[in-house]
Amino acid sequence: MKSSSVGQVTPKKAYFDAPIALKSGAALPEFSLAYETYGELNAAKSNAVLVCHALSGNHHVAGFYDPANKKETLGWWDNLVGPGKPLDTRRFFVVGVNNLGGCHGSTGPRSKNPATNRPYGADFPLVTVEDWVAAQARLADSLGIDTWAAVIGGSLGGMQALQWTLAFPDRVRHALVIASTPRLSAQNIAFNEVARQAILSDPDFHGGHYYAYTDDQGEEAIPRNGLKLARMVGHITYLSDSQLAEKFGRRLRHGKHRFHYDVEFEIESYLRHQGDKFACIFDANTYLLTTKALDYFDPAFEYDGNLRLALARARANFFVASFTTDWRFSPENSRELVYALLHNGLNVSYAEIDCPAGHDSFLLDDPCYHAALTAYLEGISL
Amino acid sequence: MSTPHSRMDGRFDFLHIARWIRENERVLDLGCGDGALLSLLKREKNARGYGVDLDAKNVAACIRNGVNVLQFNLERGLSGFEDNSFDHVIMSLSLQTVRHTVPILKEMLRVGHEAVVSFPNFGFAPHRAAIAAGRMPVSRHLPYQWFNSPNVRFFTIADFEALCAEENIVILECLSFADGAFITDDPNLNAEVALYRLGRPDLTA
Repeated sequence: MKSSSVGQVTPKKAYFDAPIALKSGAALPEFSLAYETYGELNAAKSNAVLVCHALSGNHHVAGFYDPANKKETLGWWDNLVGPGKPLDTRRFFVVGVNNLGGCHGSTGPRSKNPATNRPYGADFPLVTVEDWVAAQARLADSLGIDTWAAVIGGSLGGMQALQWTLAFPDRVRHALVIASTPRLSAQNIAFNEVARQAILSDPDFHGGHYYAYTDDQGEEAIPRNGLKLARMVGHITYLSDSQLAEKFGRRLRHGKHRFHYDVEFEIESYLRHQGDKFACIFDANTYLLTTKALDYFDPAFEYDGNLRLALARARANFFVASFTTDWRFSPENSRELVYALLHNGLNVSYAEIDCPAGHDSFLLDDPCYHAALTAYLEGISL
Repeated sequence: MSTPHSRMDGRFDFLHIARWIRENERVLDLGCGDGALLSLLKREKNARGYGVDLDAKNVAACIRNGVNVLQFNLERGLSGFEDNSFDHVIMSLSLQTVRHTVPILKEMLRVGHEAVVSFPNFGFAPHRAAIAAGRMPVSRHLPYQWFNSPNVRFFTIADFEALCAEENIVILECLSFADGAFITDDPNLNAEVALYRLGRPDLTA
């Protein structure tokens, strides 16, 4: 069957007036979540699937906003979600949500702090994967969804899928944890710290309260360079060495060495472009707190590092996938998760996909990857 | 490692394997192909099964068949699996494709209380005749040419039993077949395929 797009979509917003207590001990008196839905919730409300986003993602998972600019306004996982696609919206009711602390419509650092009537900025509390899942559960309640048929996510999104099975074992039947890990390695935290320092040391950061400042052009000051650098270092880690070699190699911008600090090699141009683009659409405070959420996530922490014990609460069926060239969230991490699930006698299938594109492979439509996903999602009873 | 043989050929041995599996067992099938055996064991014995296969097509096929499958490379061993975590660890028609023969057998008997192994018998009379005529055997259970075979170990029933004796692996039961029928008379000469139920000395006393 030929697949198609969910078409033009419009984001929605859910407002929650009850406070939410956060893992850090802080609380938010009220909050909103931006979300989108695709497909129809069935009468039994048994076909709902939650898509959790990663570091740079949001609630705009599929479809497009502007018919005149389909490509530019396409959802980040559009190749996965739609009629006839692996997450088939003729069968499933799919929900995408922007996480708490996000910068695309949900309550976050740029939102107005009701206590001060000014943007939260640096006063926005640190939020964790656990907090995100708790907030997502409020959204599920408001949509009348008692149990998700599945919760799916890649990278940081996979951590949320896993957390759902621990926080709400009876509210998720299937968890799809892709290119993810039950905990970051020291190397991963190190990359995140470099990204944070890039932002924190930008003179336009103003201690996180940059929304109140303007730059010398009279525009709102944002720590653009810091955010750009953070994205550049992150972006390198999401790709594989061989992929960069193939795509750019040592290709020169001007065909010869010019002995200067401007763009010399094509890879430099590409990275700068990616960084600039990102700095225009993302908020530095959100980037900071999201990298912290990544670092803190570790369900085994309260169990002396014993992941097998930590997962004893889980009841869901699992699909775990990793990518051979992903050195940021390596297959080894996924295998550790799989063995811990096996220890607890849970149903689990694990695909280790041979795809050259590194961590970002999870966003692509590698045939083996999508075949396994399709097979798994088709097998979910409604 | 992936399953080199069509599981249609192996299907007759599945029924015999199923007889060795009790209700509600935990079963690990190494080189599980499309998951047909685990599917059968789930249906007939309510077994909780997991398959291991390296081939991406087999992984998708297992998932389609509703079977848990793990895309692991068996040449890396079974070190992630806990001791005694399965009742039976099965390797159907794949032992000859694994390079580390003794380690994998030992690992199967560490992870499982018992192991079930089936393999094509290189000592089968027509294979001997082929060798005597100067060519490597090619048959239903050895469908490959020497240059494209996934098989890396070539052994007979007699070789296998000698190895078990040497490695202190207990043969609990053995069945031999040719054309899907039992062979009792000189299996090393007359059987195409052999099927073994193996145990550890400490569990079989």
